[in-house]
Amino acid sequence: MSAQANGEVVIETRGLAKRFGERQALKGVSFEAHRGELLAIIGPNGAGKTTLLSILAGIREPDGGSVSRPPGEIGWVPQQAALYRRLTVAENLRLFARLEGLSNADAAVEEMLEQTALGERRDDQVGTLSGGNQQRINIALGLLSRPAVLLLDEPSAGLDPRQRERLWEFVLALAGGGTTVIFSTHNIAEAERYGQRLLVLADGDALFDGTSGDLHAAAPEAGGRDFEQAFVAFLRDRGH
Amino acid sequence: MRWLFLKDLQILRRSPLVTVLLVLYPVAIAVLIGFALSRGPEKPRVAFLNEVPAGAPLVLGGAQFDLTGAKSELCSRLDCVPVSSEAQARQMVESGDALAALILPPDLVTRLESLGGLNPTQPTVRVLVNEEDPVKAGLVNDRIDSLVTQANLRISKEVSRISASYLTLLTRGGTFNLLGQTLDILGLRSSERILRGVRSELPADSSMGGALDKVIQFARLASQNLDQAQPLLTSIAHPIEVQKEVVSGSPPSLDAFAIAVAATVTLMFVTVLLVAGSLALEWEENAYPRLVRGLVGRTALLAEKVGLGVALSLAVTLLMLAGLSLFVDIHWGRLPAIVAAVLAGGAAFAAFGAAIGASAREVRASSLLAFMISLPIAFVSLVESGTVSPGLFDVIKVIRAVFPFDAALDAISGGLDASGPALGLPLLHLAILVVAYGLVARLALRRLA
Ligand SMILES: Nc1ncnc2c1ncn2[C@@H]1O[C@H](COP(=O)(O)OP(=O)(O)OP(=O)(O)O)[C@@H](O)[C@H]1O
Ligand SMILES: [Mg+2]
Repeated sequence: MSAQANGEVVIETRGLAKRFGERQALKGVSFEAHRGELLAIIGPNGAGKTTLLSILAGIREPDGGSVSRPPGEIGWVPQQAALYRRLTVAENLRLFARLEGLSNADAAVEEMLEQTALGERRDDQVGTLSGGNQQRINIALGLLSRPAVLLLDEPSAGLDPRQRERLWEFVLALAGGGTTVIFSTHNIAEAERYGQRLLVLADGDALFDGTSGDLHAAAPEAGGRDFEQAFVAFLRDRGH
Repeated sequence: MRWLFLKDLQILRRSPLVTVLLVLYPVAIAVLIGFALSRGPEKPRVAFLNEVPAGAPLVLGGAQFDLTGAKSELCSRLDCVPVSSEAQARQMVESGDALAALILPPDLVTRLESLGGLNPTQPTVRVLVNEEDPVKAGLVNDRIDSLVTQANLRISKEVSRISASYLTLLTRGGTFNLLGQTLDILGLRSSERILRGVRSELPADSSMGGALDKVIQFARLASQNLDQAQPLLTSIAHPIEVQKEVVSGSPPSLDAFAIAVAATVTLMFVTVLLVAGSLALEWEENAYPRLVRGLVGRTALLAEKVGLGVALSLAVTLLMLAGLSLFVDIHWGRLPAIVAAVLAGGAAFAAFGAAIGASAREVRASSLLAFMISLPIAFVSLVESGTVSPGLFDVIKVIRAVFPFDAALDAISGGLDASGPALGLPLLHLAILVVAYGLVARLALRRLA
């Protein structure tokens, strides 16, 4: 997997900083992502992953640094489901398909119902679905517009293994088609498996940017441990 | 924007609580106000001051009228409280002890009697009302109006009878009493007979002087009498004039005012709560960031919410007015004016609600805020001058100018009742408030977390 090395840079940040009152959520984060690349952002709770992704999405303004985005849509799947709970599954999909200005909203709805395997719940109000099923629709909404860059904030949280597999199949297919996918996760195995590159955040600092093999190597006493243990050891070594 | 609008309608339809708010609330208000209007107090208390000298009989055209009878008739319809001076009557009205005072001036009988003579002067009764409370003032006005109308009817019958006797005198002749002198009135018919006689005897060169003098005198008297007929005839139309003095305030009529208050309160709560809640819901569902990321502009989102508020509040207010029309008369011919007033008021309340929703960003907080702000403002807008200190009233005036309630109330009063306030100024005021609160809401939306 060396496609990203040659691919053009589609999104790039330089010295991104963001503070909430006294708390410095991002302390100068710089990275770039290439066309068709899968970039995993990992790090402890409160590390700044959501803050970083929402600045990339244009939801929040950084206090310092710069972001260069590609022209056109950036798909965004927030950590907390952004859905109308009183609307049905199909109504939510149709509403956002229409707001996106898709030429064939109904076809997009059917495609997403197929993708999320929620066809038989299509007429149920979203508020009555389980958390994982709500997350499936949340993801589907981010995929509707077929963006060049897709930001996924803990997309697999709450999904069952079968759904996780479906999700990653779909995401890999998108990346294969040239979509840049940046996702955050606490599932380290997932990051290792699907992330072509890993960005490690802790307390607003970018501690590491490279492949999972590089991270394994950078962790102390690497031999014999699994990747998750290596990651925790890496963080501890850096004082987190 | 259209899709967002439809989405909001769908969400509303599925929220039972909101349905209760939107349908039951206005219907309940309509029924409550309807009952309040259709019942009212049975006998309003009225201070009664009779300054007519005791025992002065009222003689009109030879017939004697019974003033005590008129008084007992009045007091059977009102709760009469006899008072001895105008000051006492005024004090009772001002303090609210009596809804009004009816004053019969000393010269009432003389003036009534003059209606039967050649020099009629219009009799006057005086009414003091406190119109701070239009509901009560309306009641008193109605009762006194109907009493005076009845009295006028009886007097005008009598005056017509007298006028007829004058006309008879002019045509047939007879005797007429003027300042103690008895005058012989020849009458037109006799004059004609005499003139015919004079003509037949014309060849004789002598005395036609005496007969001609009579004719000349008659002609003079006839023209004088016809001059008098003019004021006599006006007095037939309204023999007694009511000189009404409003002690303070000049609000619109009872029904229109009460209905306008009901409609404005409904409009305010429905619109402010709905728009504030619906906008705050976009945050609660985490949808706001997704929407403003290029799907919908912030201004368009605001416009959609204001449009939603205006459309629903128009429907709800008209529903409420339709409910009220079971109890009271609503001039549906003024529907365009009513709709214009409700639209403008709805837009101002909607913009106000949007400012609250955009600032609070939480359904519960914004509903609470909407209630906490709207309720006192509605109360403050109904406070009348004189009930609070002038300094406080100045503050109240500022609050009225800044919040949409007062302007909306004026607009709706004007819409419901042609005699209410003019529509132009309140509509302009509301338009300014729409823009102002729209800007506040827009600034609140700009705030990025
Ligand atoms: N709206 C906010 N107001 C104040 N502080 C905030 C806000 N959002 C985030 N923070 C703070 O910024 C820091 C980074 O938060 P962020 O949500 O980006 O972390 P994260 O890496 O996504 O965590 P998690 O893995 O738990 O989702 C945290 O310390 C958090 O408390
Ligand atoms: Mg997060």
